[in-house]
Amino acid sequence: MAKGTILIDEDRCKGCELCTTVCPFGLVHIANHFNAKGYRPSTLVDPEGKCTGCTLCARICPDVAITVYREGV
Amino acid sequence: MERKVVFAKPEALTDAPTHYCPGCTHGVVHRLIAEVIDKLGIREITIGIAPVGCAVLAYNYFNLDVAEAAHGRAPAMATGLKRVQPDKVVFTYQGDGDLAAIGTAEIVHAASRGENITTIFINNAVYGMTGGQMAPTTLPGQVTTSTPFGRDVKIAGYPLRVAELIATTSGAAYVVRRMVTKPATIASAKKAIKLAFQAQRAELGFSLVEILSSCPTNWGLNPREALEWVEENMAAYYPLGDYKVIDEVKSLK
Amino acid sequence: MAKILMKGNEAIAEAAIRAGCQAYFGYPITPQTELLEYMSRRMVELGRVFLQAESELSAINMVYGAACAGARVMTSTSSPGFSLMQEGISYIVCSEVPAVVINVMRGGPGLGNIQPAQGDYFQMTKGGGHGDYNVIVLAPTTLQEAIDLTILAFDLADKYRSLVTIIADGMIGQIMEPVELPEIEPPQRPEQPWALTGAKGREKNIITSLYLGGLPLEKVNLRLQETLEEIKGNEVRYAEYMLEGAEIVVVAYGTAGRIAQTAIKEAREEGIPAGLFRPITMFPFPYDRLDEVAKGVEHLLVFELNAGQMLEDVHLATRDRLPIHFYGKMGGVVPSPAEVLAEIEKIASPQRGER
Repeated sequence: MAKGTILIDEDRCKGCELCTTVCPFGLVHIANHFNAKGYRPSTLVDPEGKCTGCTLCARICPDVAITVYREGV
Repeated sequence: MERKVVFAKPEALTDAPTHYCPGCTHGVVHRLIAEVIDKLGIREITIGIAPVGCAVLAYNYFNLDVAEAAHGRAPAMATGLKRVQPDKVVFTYQGDGDLAAIGTAEIVHAASRGENITTIFINNAVYGMTGGQMAPTTLPGQVTTSTPFGRDVKIAGYPLRVAELIATTSGAAYVVRRMVTKPATIASAKKAIKLAFQAQRAELGFSLVEILSSCPTNWGLNPREALEWVEENMAAYYPLGDYKVIDEVKSLK
Repeated sequence: MAKILMKGNEAIAEAAIRAGCQAYFGYPITPQTELLEYMSRRMVELGRVFLQAESELSAINMVYGAACAGARVMTSTSSPGFSLMQEGISYIVCSEVPAVVINVMRGGPGLGNIQPAQGDYFQMTKGGGHGDYNVIVLAPTTLQEAIDLTILAFDLADKYRSLVTIIADGMIGQIMEPVELPEIEPPQRPEQPWALTGAKGREKNIITSLYLGGLPLEKVNLRLQETLEEIKGNEVRYAEYMLEGAEIVVVAYGTAGRIAQTAIKEAREEGIPAGLFRPITMFPFPYDRLDEVAKGVEHLLVFELNAGQMLEDVHLATRDRLPIHFYGKMGGVVPSPAEVLAEIEKIASPQRGER
């Protein structure tokens, strides 16, 4: 399995939660803190490094708040 | 280990955060258009036309030349822009109030002329910007701020099926309906947008991609419920599909 | 240069072509239609853009689009169509893109009729659409003048990045006259760094008439007003006829101006000291010059093919320091020079009686 990770631009995120509905491993959650706009942004919780960089969360994000990385060449 | 970016903001979008409500799929469709423009390498020759409605500020989000049209007149404006510089790629981005009510004449005739432009049509069954009034595409029985008892077709008439209507015009080359509710449908919508732009590049005539979209704020649903509502209710009245794909477009695939 | 016989609508069309008009969008409406028909043939022969739109609304928005691309572009219409174009005109003015609109006026209100009239004066000179704006309005009296003003219209549109209109009427559109068509070099147009031509090697361009928030829109309005002041300073045009020793001055424009000129000639033959002041720019209106002219005369007679619209500007120009008479005909009724002469005689007779 490919190794990946995501970077969520918290200031762009509006906390719509759509990304949390599509992660195959349920790794994207809503954070407890608020961003500058007053939304609770989404956040990656991946202590076991399960993220494969599949990009599904980024593809449903209406705010282009997610950048996806994959490891290895 | 090296880290490679596999998904990031397309170049054809600016850095400006959008003003859209949380979960609004305008943002998804903007991104798809920008990704297609990047992919086709046409950013520097593409001119967009923003509508009146929620997407009125789209010119701030697309990183390309953009004009802001009067309500419903984007296809006429696009016609003027395209006719005097046929080597450019011109697209309109229009909502249902803009395209299917006040701008019905403009869209039908642009299609009928086979105007070599592309229209991305956002159907979310409601007037978003003015606060959730009935749109020409509001479903029978749907409650809006101007159909407080639900759309009564005896009074307010029936919703207009735009893709079906435009597909009857001889000038249309590519007319399809998609939705943007989950990664798979989003991918399908992106393919359609790409084909629409390719059809224009190949000078095959008018292309329109209708996209069933959500309006969580005015529907009174959360973003996830709103997407379910699109799939359950809108897609039932407005079936997804390819309504007109001329042979020359098929061979583009 | 040889004179040729042409119909007004066609002369205006040919003038536009010679001025380098690259694109024409229009919709048939009497008494303007020959202009569109002429364009449909000549523009295509020249490899330029001609398109018959589905409505005047669409036509003006096609003009708006082509203007955004920086093309020399025009449309033509007649009164009811001009009403429909007000939306696009307001947007074009706010967006500061150049375009030319010809209005071959007919009788109104409503569907009215297809006779010559000047009932659109207010709509053309006072804005017409929503918001604070004016457009340059040029009033030809002869076909030669219609040709010259059409060519000028394109240059003024470029110079001020705004919309310029020709206020013609059914008479000017339909009559035939010998005219000289100038050979024109390709136009020297100003640079258009604002045009929507694709963001290649530069920042993207946006053309919009939306400015959210009070201050941004105020700023745009102040700039538009500044341009209008510049126009008022530079572009006032008028013609004068037999003003020397005139005691009665007729103020008239367009077809009315032409009728008045004949009437004045006859009045002079009768020994009545009459003259003509004929504004050519209805906006900017020649307030100052008319005021000067009025200082040396006894009476003004405003003659229009309407209920008295320019009349208000004449009052403004002279602040009612002398008697201002009005003679107008509505509904497409065009008086003969004899009828205008009779009005001049009415004013003159008490004066003559005193002598």
